[in-house]
Amino acid sequence: MQLALFIIFAALAIAGALNLLLQKHPINSALSLVVVMLSLAVLYWSLGAEFLAAAQVIVYSGAIMVLFVFVIMLLNAGEEEHTTGSRAAYFAGIPGSLAVFCLLSFVFLRESKALGNVHMSNAPAGAMSNIAQISEVLFTKLLLPFEVTSILILVAILGAVVLARKEEHE
Amino acid sequence: MSTEVPIAAYLILAAILFSIGVGAFLIKRNVISIFMSIELMLNAVNLTFVAFAHKWGAVSGQIFVFFVMVVAAAEAAVGLAIIIAIFRTRKTLNVDQINLMQN
Amino acid sequence: MHLTDFQIFLLLSLLKVAVVLVITLTAVAYTVLLERKVIGRMQNRWGPSRVGPFGLLQPLADGIKLFLKEDLTPMLVDRPLFLAAPVIALTCALVSVAVVPFGAVTIYKGVDLFEVANVNVGLLVILGITSIGVYGIALSGWSSNNKFALLGSLRATSQMISYELALGLSLVGVVLRAGSLNLRTIVDSQSAHGMISWNIFGGFQFVAFFIYLMSAYAETNRSPFDLPEAESELVAGYHTEYSSMKFAMFFMAEYANMITVSCVATLMFFGGASSPFGHLTDFGGPIAMGLQSIFWFLFKIVAFLFLYIWVRSTLPRFRYDQLMGFGWKFLMPVAIVNIIVTSLAMALHAKV
Repeated sequence: MQLALFIIFAALAIAGALNLLLQKHPINSALSLVVVMLSLAVLYWSLGAEFLAAAQVIVYSGAIMVLFVFVIMLLNAGEEEHTTGSRAAYFAGIPGSLAVFCLLSFVFLRESKALGNVHMSNAPAGAMSNIAQISEVLFTKLLLPFEVTSILILVAILGAVVLARKEEHE
Repeated sequence: MSTEVPIAAYLILAAILFSIGVGAFLIKRNVISIFMSIELMLNAVNLTFVAFAHKWGAVSGQIFVFFVMVVAAAEAAVGLAIIIAIFRTRKTLNVDQINLMQN
Repeated sequence: MHLTDFQIFLLLSLLKVAVVLVITLTAVAYTVLLERKVIGRMQNRWGPSRVGPFGLLQPLADGIKLFLKEDLTPMLVDRPLFLAAPVIALTCALVSVAVVPFGAVTIYKGVDLFEVANVNVGLLVILGITSIGVYGIALSGWSSNNKFALLGSLRATSQMISYELALGLSLVGVVLRAGSLNLRTIVDSQSAHGMISWNIFGGFQFVAFFIYLMSAYAETNRSPFDLPEAESELVAGYHTEYSSMKFAMFFMAEYANMITVSCVATLMFFGGASSPFGHLTDFGGPIAMGLQSIFWFLFKIVAFLFLYIWVRSTLPRFRYDQLMGFGWKFLMPVAIVNIIVTSLAMALHAKV
């Protein structure tokens, strides 16, 4: 069950990510990113993080990506044109990302034995639900960072309003 | 049991997604697409956090993901506002043509 | 033939899914009829009355008409997205019914009969699926390559993501009181003494309920917030270019969303499937009790749908800036104040 879930949604995530890379039109890229995020939500669920799975769907695919799609629609962004800079990017981009991938997977495969397998019983569940556990740590030990994020969001809202407002010429 | 998934599989999936994100970040020429590949990289990192949180049976990894989501939301709001402002003045989304500071 | 536990579970689950899907789709069809009938009577006319007794076969006739119409695809649309949009809209509208418990707990061979899936974070699942539904509308407008459709979908998208905040915040008070996001637990927390323990009365959540109701109307693009499809300004809004079954899918999605919203209102504020008279009406065996709970649930849903229709035939449409101002400057602050008051009251109550 766990294996089937993992294979299906990992394949879906990789396909979505590749589609993001290959599509020329930003709206197609945005939609394939939504697919990646939704399949990641299922994978979070399979790792026992049900609150994060729901938050992933609501915050990432439901709010952030909708904002992206909205801006693409608003600016009526067309297909990408390839200009002089992009050829250099191919030479830097493909080897660079391959190098990153090789390094990361080398480390993970080396430590594979030590990491062990996914056990559903091992998941932090038990008597308390996942949400209760998260909120307990969040509102006691990590209260200050939590409050600071609210200030961050406030600043972000103000910044977005100031930046996106049309300048009035008098 | 053969049906169990090693945690390393999740981590390698995250590595694949992250590398695709890096590649897309360098290859894409549209500001919005570049921004989306950053989101893809953030998501890949989130997956490693959740996988490690599962490994250690602790929730602090999940809380880190929660904070990453909050920061990503704030970043998306400001970033998209900047993109809209750029588009208003330059009438283009191609990063090669947004080179006012270059010369 | 001897079935293992897993096979029984699988069979019963598939059966539940099929039955719930069929019932929801039928309910969608008959909600349309209910709306036409009720609005007709409110406007001093009969409404559909020719097809079948009291016009009861009208949904069937409508369905056949929509099936048989020519399925046009305009020339310059973005074809894959144009085809995907109505599918996304309808799927998201139908899937969220899966976590709704529509009757008292009735266990048969280890399977809960009156809920498709009992999820720990059921409320968040519903909110998440609703937020995915925005894509259907956004894409339909963008891919149609039509300025009215694009304007309609821009309006719909911004309206839906704005009112989603107020909607989510209005439910926090209820979640605080129940101490859980599981919809069953939320219903159980209000079923002790019938009507008095419902969240809207006993829980003092009536402010939250009105915020929920208004943002739910905006979320489903229903009047008085039906700007995305304002006929007088935008032809037909985001589904201008759609015809035949593709149009029908948007239509069904809208009504399925209405039903989902009514389900959530019932579960969160009106005690779900529990009887309004508490345990006074407990009689009969488990089967009678199960049927009774389903009756109360359906009764509440139909009452909500009636309210929806009543509001539609009563109120005029908002202006766009009024809509945004109302959502951000009135509903959101009031929802936050409601959360603060509820949590303060709960903290004081716990201390004494």
